[in-house]
Amino acid sequence: MIDPLEIGDDCLVLAQRLAGWITRAPTLEEDVALANLSLDLLGQARALLSRAGDEDRLAYLRDPAEFRNCLLVEQPNGDFAATVVRHLLYTGFLYELYAAHPEDEVAAKGVKELAYHRDYARIWAVRLGRGTEESRRRTTAALGALWPYTGELFETEPDLREPWDTFVGGVLREAELAVPRVPPAPATRWTGGRRGRHSEHLAPLLAELQELHRAHEGARW
Amino acid sequence: MVTLDEARAVAAAVPDPELPLVTLGDLGILRDVRRRADGGLEVVITPTYSGCPAMDVIRDDLRRALPGVTVTTVLAPPWTTDWITDEGRAKLLEHGISPPARRTGPVPVTLGVRCPRCRSPRTRLVSGYGSTACKAMYACSDCLEPFDHVKEI
Repeated sequence: MIDPLEIGDDCLVLAQRLAGWITRAPTLEEDVALANLSLDLLGQARALLSRAGDEDRLAYLRDPAEFRNCLLVEQPNGDFAATVVRHLLYTGFLYELYAAHPEDEVAAKGVKELAYHRDYARIWAVRLGRGTEESRRRTTAALGALWPYTGELFETEPDLREPWDTFVGGVLREAELAVPRVPPAPATRWTGGRRGRHSEHLAPLLAELQELHRAHEGARW
Repeated sequence: MVTLDEARAVAAAVPDPELPLVTLGDLGILRDVRRRADGGLEVVITPTYSGCPAMDVIRDDLRRALPGVTVTTVLAPPWTTDWITDEGRAKLLEHGISPPARRTGPVPVTLGVRCPRCRSPRTRLVSGYGSTACKAMYACSDCLEPFDHVKEI
């Protein structure tokens, strides 16, 4: 079963992150694309959170420690390469999760959208990896910084590790990028989101997301 | 009292708020028109994409077209571009939007996208996403016209 709170929070937080690119993306086309990726995830978040309870209450009135999203999706946008790498690593996972649950109507619809997300991330990862020295340097740095957060995804979904490795490994080969070798760190640094233990990046994101509703409860556009 | 067939025709003719050249019927997002237990009308719609921001406007437009109607939104079965009718495809093409290819069979086949203006098959993908989630941006390599393509889903 898909956990509506964990995956709903993943989708909500990543949607909010991607929305941060609007008016700031490298080109107008990518601005539009990132906004559309955000919108798909927001739609999935609303459907999943509505299953877990009242979507507005869950989105706007919980504190960071009550959120169940993984740490990967709350990591800052960084440069465009970091956003592409984060999207590749996360949507590679979400695609497999949705594909494994065709009986779930959010997943059955979402898997078709995620196929395009995964493809968007793949095309850009390849372009950046095989682009200029600078794009390659930035993409390699993003991979090194974000890769350690992927372990958390498979703590709750161990069966998805293999298909994810196949997909992401294939993209990295195509992009001529190496799977990063990550130095050992205290395990707690790279996981804990599913239990409400987040990085320092989630609270500012939620402050922005929740500010209006908390100041004027029930406000509508 | 309005008959179900009449109500179906009215609901099907409501224009899509983001692509007003096609109707809810053309797009295949109108799934059912039926009677509620109390005899009132119920219209069932489905979003093209999970985050489609037009759903609220579509619900309002349906309530205006059919006063007293209940609008129900369903996610399953998920919408596919195969539900866009032949008439809908013709209207898209006429307005310079390349219609989606039909996804017959279990494996989607990527067919060439033709320029809606000069019909040239020599086109290139500019971006996988366009002014709405359901469209990609292309450009024609012959007449150089940029255009939208409703992508297969």
